[in-house]
Amino acid sequence: MSNVQIMTGNQAAAIGAKLSSVQVIAAYPITPQSQLAEILSQYIEGGELKAEYVRVEGEHSALTVCISASTVGARVFTATSANGLLYMHEQLHWAAGSRLPIVMCCVNRGVGAPWTIFNDQQDSISQRDTGWIQIYCRNNQEILDTIIQAYRIAEEVYAPVMVCYDGFVLSHTMMPVDIPDSEKVREFIPPYQAHTILSPEDPRTLNAVLFPWRRANSEGVLCDGYMEMRYKLQAALERSPAVIQETSRHFAEVFGRDHGGLSWGYRTEDAELFMTGMGSIASEAMQAADMLRDEGIKAGVVGIRVFRPFPAKALKEAFRGAKGIVIFEKGISYGYEGALCSDLKAAFYGSENQAPVHNYIAGLGGRDVKARELADAARASWLEMQTGIIEKPTTWLNCYTG
Amino acid sequence: MPENLFKINAKEYILPGTRACQGCGLSLAYRYALKALRENTIVTLPACCLCVLHGIYPSTPVMIPALNNSFASTAASASGLVAGLQAMNRTDITVMAIAGDGGTFDMGIQALSGAAERGTDFIYVCYDNEGYMNTGTQRSSATPMGALTTTTPIATKQQHKKDFLKIMEAHDIAYLATASPSYPIDLYDKFVKAKKIKGTRYIHLYIPCPPGWAYPPKDTVKMGRLAVETGIAPLFEIENGRFRFTGRSKSMAERGNRLPVINYLEKQGRFKKMNIEQLHQVQHWVDGKWQEYQRRSQE
Repeated sequence: MSNVQIMTGNQAAAIGAKLSSVQVIAAYPITPQSQLAEILSQYIEGGELKAEYVRVEGEHSALTVCISASTVGARVFTATSANGLLYMHEQLHWAAGSRLPIVMCCVNRGVGAPWTIFNDQQDSISQRDTGWIQIYCRNNQEILDTIIQAYRIAEEVYAPVMVCYDGFVLSHTMMPVDIPDSEKVREFIPPYQAHTILSPEDPRTLNAVLFPWRRANSEGVLCDGYMEMRYKLQAALERSPAVIQETSRHFAEVFGRDHGGLSWGYRTEDAELFMTGMGSIASEAMQAADMLRDEGIKAGVVGIRVFRPFPAKALKEAFRGAKGIVIFEKGISYGYEGALCSDLKAAFYGSENQAPVHNYIAGLGGRDVKARELADAARASWLEMQTGIIEKPTTWLNCYTG
Repeated sequence: MPENLFKINAKEYILPGTRACQGCGLSLAYRYALKALRENTIVTLPACCLCVLHGIYPSTPVMIPALNNSFASTAASASGLVAGLQAMNRTDITVMAIAGDGGTFDMGIQALSGAAERGTDFIYVCYDNEGYMNTGTQRSSATPMGALTTTTPIATKQQHKKDFLKIMEAHDIAYLATASPSYPIDLYDKFVKAKKIKGTRYIHLYIPCPPGWAYPPKDTVKMGRLAVETGIAPLFEIENGRFRFTGRSKSMAERGNRLPVINYLEKQGRFKKMNIEQLHQVQHWVDGKWQEYQRRSQE
């Protein structure tokens, strides 16, 4: 029995958090996340969700509340956007370094200055090195489902998960969403059982100062130094793609929907021209692929769902057969190129795949980018690649560059 | 007579051999605070002197569970602990957030104000050693006028200390008190009382600091006493808006035997560049605060 309702991405996220039986929520309002914070308040005040809601005075505190509540064993949730995420930056590192299974939605929005409230992905892209798993959603169904999956992943890997979805494009756009059965969700993610809980029964000082070297405890056992602890975080993240894929597979078995574990493909079987991106722009590229196919160009799309850990191995496989790759990104590593572009090129280093890669920066600060425009850009690149233009400077799509 | 004079908890929660400096006033105060709060307590603290006292991983001399957090987040961390414990049905645990003056007056003020406004059920302790002592004696907004610090190295601090107690009182919190490690029973009484009260409780500890204030480590207790006896660090509590002097400050208010601030200032190397004008200003400032407290104590 399906229970399909028409809802916004923010509503889907709120339902995802509710179905995940979160116990502590801390949030601070910011456009375009606000509606999510409001709906969760309604759930709690209306008695639909039994959880503590801490209406904090800023995003730094929002994540701090989640960190501390998670430390005493509660399942926690928060959400933010843009400058709110940047304000959390210190605590993003703290959450990952503390190895806490926090789940947060990042409703993607461009960052100031100058101010924009509209969508791009510069906010989460610029947090890629904080030790969080980042998953990008392409529609509202995927947002709801990914939040449920995120708890399972986070609580197995002991790393926080950021569920990213495009502001307005998804957060404020109504789509049909199938709401999973709450009992099945409870089975899929049973109550969180932390391996360590800070409690008077077992007093310890957590996150104490470390010296650069390893040190023996009172029983003479040599314990981790800072570098060993940081290595363990990296090792856990390196192992996590398997957990993410297994979670996705199991989710598909139980709920009948497979969003792809690390990435998804569209018409890639015989494709020569691969378009790629994260979130809604990748989903829009599917339409562009159809247009190019109609013109006789063998185009396909790889949507990258997980940006961190970067699934280099899986992507090498996903792009097999590519004769040209066009990357659309809603963010940039200023002074160089799109962060996804750099990572993808690095993944192909030394592999058989030596397809030319062209990078397009698109849709910053909510600048509209239509499927037709993606198709035009991809076609132009494809023709250039045929004529031997392998390297091309990063192109700003739909942007007056003088 | 102090309520708990013959009832001090004999159990120690800090083992010998902490990493605190010789003569650390915080060690004394923290010892009595933990004795008063007892086992069912969780502490959260930022990067500060106390973080050093808590030791280097994997060993700690502190027998109470503690969570280190980032500098600006102490009170928010307490909010998270309170919410988390509530969600886990552990309402029997006292949450104590404790930070220095830099982490309270300066960087932590937003999170503390937020937690107090929400009426978060926790004890916030500011141990005020009047500067960023853990990082090497830099100026904070709690540093008094005329003090040398490593960031006011020649001209001394030009401004008075921020009146943080007024800021906290303006939040209409359940309980507010000041205490000094030089008067441990008074300090103990206040923590025992704070533990029983629901809502946000704020305790301000005046903590003499031998390296930061430049006096011999053996004089910590004396320095704390002089701070109280000169009226620089009055001992009091405010409950439901009612102000009450306690301990030594109470008897001083009754007898009118407050010492001039020079008796305190001249014993500390940090004030050696203080000029006569600053001395008068500090005396005037302390007089004004004391008279205001005295007026309130008679209301």
